[in-house]
Amino acid sequence: MSAVLSVSALAKRYGELQALQDVSFQVGAGELIAVVGPNGAGKTTLLSIVSGISSPSAGTVIRGASQDGWSVGWVPQDCALYAKLSVAENLELFANLEGVADTPAAVQRMLEQTGLQARAGEAVGRLSGGNRQRVNVALGLIADPSVLVLDEPSASLDPGQRERLWEFVAARAAAGTTVVFSTHNVSEAKRYAARLLVLGAGRLLFDGTARELLEHVGENAGGDLEVALVRFLREHASEPPTAAVA
Amino acid sequence: MRWLLRKDALILRRSRLLLALLIIYPVAIALLLGLAISRSPARPRVAIVNETAPGETIKVGSQRIAVGAYAHQLFDQVQAVEVPTRAQALAKVKSGEVLAAVVIPPDIASRVSSATEKAQLEVLYNGDALEQSLVRSTLNSALAQANLGFSEQIQKAAGTVISSLLSGGRLGSIGAPEDLIGLNQIPPTLAAIIGHLPRGHERTELERIDTFAIFAAQNLSLSRNVLATIGQPIRVNSVLLHGRRTPLNTFAVVVAVSVSLMFVCVLLAAGGVALEREEHTLARLLRSPPGGSGPLISRELLLVEKTLLAAGCAFVLAFAMLAGIGAFVALDWSRVGLWLAALALGAVAFGALGVAIGALAREVRAASLLAFALALPLAFLALVPAGSVSGGVYGAVNTISYVFPFKPALQALDAAVNGASPAIGVPLLHLAVLAGVFGVLARLGLQRAQ
Repeated sequence: MSAVLSVSALAKRYGELQALQDVSFQVGAGELIAVVGPNGAGKTTLLSIVSGISSPSAGTVIRGASQDGWSVGWVPQDCALYAKLSVAENLELFANLEGVADTPAAVQRMLEQTGLQARAGEAVGRLSGGNRQRVNVALGLIADPSVLVLDEPSASLDPGQRERLWEFVAARAAAGTTVVFSTHNVSEAKRYAARLLVLGAGRLLFDGTARELLEHVGENAGGDLEVALVRFLREHASEPPTAAVA
Repeated sequence: MRWLLRKDALILRRSRLLLALLIIYPVAIALLLGLAISRSPARPRVAIVNETAPGETIKVGSQRIAVGAYAHQLFDQVQAVEVPTRAQALAKVKSGEVLAAVVIPPDIASRVSSATEKAQLEVLYNGDALEQSLVRSTLNSALAQANLGFSEQIQKAAGTVISSLLSGGRLGSIGAPEDLIGLNQIPPTLAAIIGHLPRGHERTELERIDTFAIFAAQNLSLSRNVLATIGQPIRVNSVLLHGRRTPLNTFAVVVAVSVSLMFVCVLLAAGGVALEREEHTLARLLRSPPGGSGPLISRELLLVEKTLLAAGCAFVLAFAMLAGIGAFVALDWSRVGLWLAALALGAVAFGALGVAIGALAREVRAASLLAFALALPLAFLALVPAGSVSGGVYGAVNTISYVFPFKPALQALDAAVNGASPAIGVPLLHLAVLAGVFGVLARLGLQRAQ
């Protein structure tokens, strides 16, 4: 599988704080990857750099070769929407800003995919948290990006809303969009992600499947991933930076 | 940029409270100012107790001045309420029916006529510090005016007496004998007598008296001018060194429009930038994905868009306000081109200040508070007149005013509307420089924000 995105020796410093250190990985087309780790591990920093919100102190993020129309869609943790505008107006605005060729068609497509046709004319400020997050995700997808980056997309959703969100995201991945998301919910990562990237203190500690992580800490395939992750992090917390376990 | 402009215009249109404030605020200011400067100030209600006998007069020289006429002149500047007794006047002051009471004592005529004792009025007042200040200043001004008129009467009476002393005749008013010789007639009469006298002691004495009479006549004549000078020792002769004289009412118009332009523009621009951060859309707009074609909109364009939107709204409102006030005050419409230039550049400079504030604040409320906290003192500082504070303080005030756009905007608009100095080019250039400086600061603020 050819890489859609290559991250190489990425580092980020905020003054004295080393937020990221020597992080490297590759992502293939249509892959669904979860970035997990404790608070302050550098998940948001990594996704911010990949999506172009901030620039790295060192290292590179390279798009895959021969990817025409390559782009990164971004879905921030806090909904980045204009509350006074309607759902359709928000979509239309960002479609125009992204230079989408057929704006009305793109807006219609996103309304259909998010199931928000009936609320298209409603001000975003009046929507429920779940529906706002759907619009937030739709904005990330409005330009039909090659890579979709989601920063804790289900953090403020109830179980039902979470389920609908992941169905939608999984469908996009199945259609060929590469998805990289961060989460604190390990069972969610196990259920939806094909691969896990485990970050700890700014370092990439693990790059592999959930099963590989379970095996790494001596659990069987049906074991508790959350327990396994905690044990893994405890074991690797004091380790000096090395290549990620795979 | 047009999509962003369209979006902001939509948001502004849907922010009904903000929109209402933006329209109501300048209209209210314009109306209040217009009414304030087109009507004379209200005169305070003052009770008058005249304890003198009806028709009593004050004798000055050969003339008599009616106490009633003096009282009329004295209270021309207040809304006089005639009250028969001091006790009733006191009750009215206590009840708040009148702000003060003035008691003219029964002996005022005899005291003034005596020319040795000063006449006294009794003033009773009540109310808060502001009302007391208003009444005291109004009564002091009325008294000064009345005293001036009174002193002119005395001067006129004294002048008549001096003229009689110089030219002779009837001086009945000071009890002089009938057909008295005037001082001016003594030197020629003495000269005729001296001419017939032989040289000797008597002639020498008469020559000394003649010299004194000439000297006395000359100096008594001079004393008439001295009296006039005493009556009004200082006259004001104003000379404006440069520029045109700005009438107070049109300057007030310029101040009101400048303040409105500043508030509307700074608040809108600051709020516009802060809203992007508050709604987390700033990062979405400015992010620059790897390998992509750059951000959706550059920081510079974003700031220009916010500045132009705020400046445009403030410009339209300020111009409407100026035109509205024009219904109350005569403004020179032939200078409208200069008004527009001053308003446009002032709005852009205020917009740049606003986006700089917005780039610092994380949310709209903080941006609005910061904008108010900064703009209000700026307006006050720019209006501090030279000489009203110590040199050092004025220097500091001037420096602060110099680095913010309010004072140059005020100067530009004053020059545009009233032709006041400095000429409009200087403040316009100043505004352009400040717009650039605040634009750069806003750009740095956005960089830091991310």
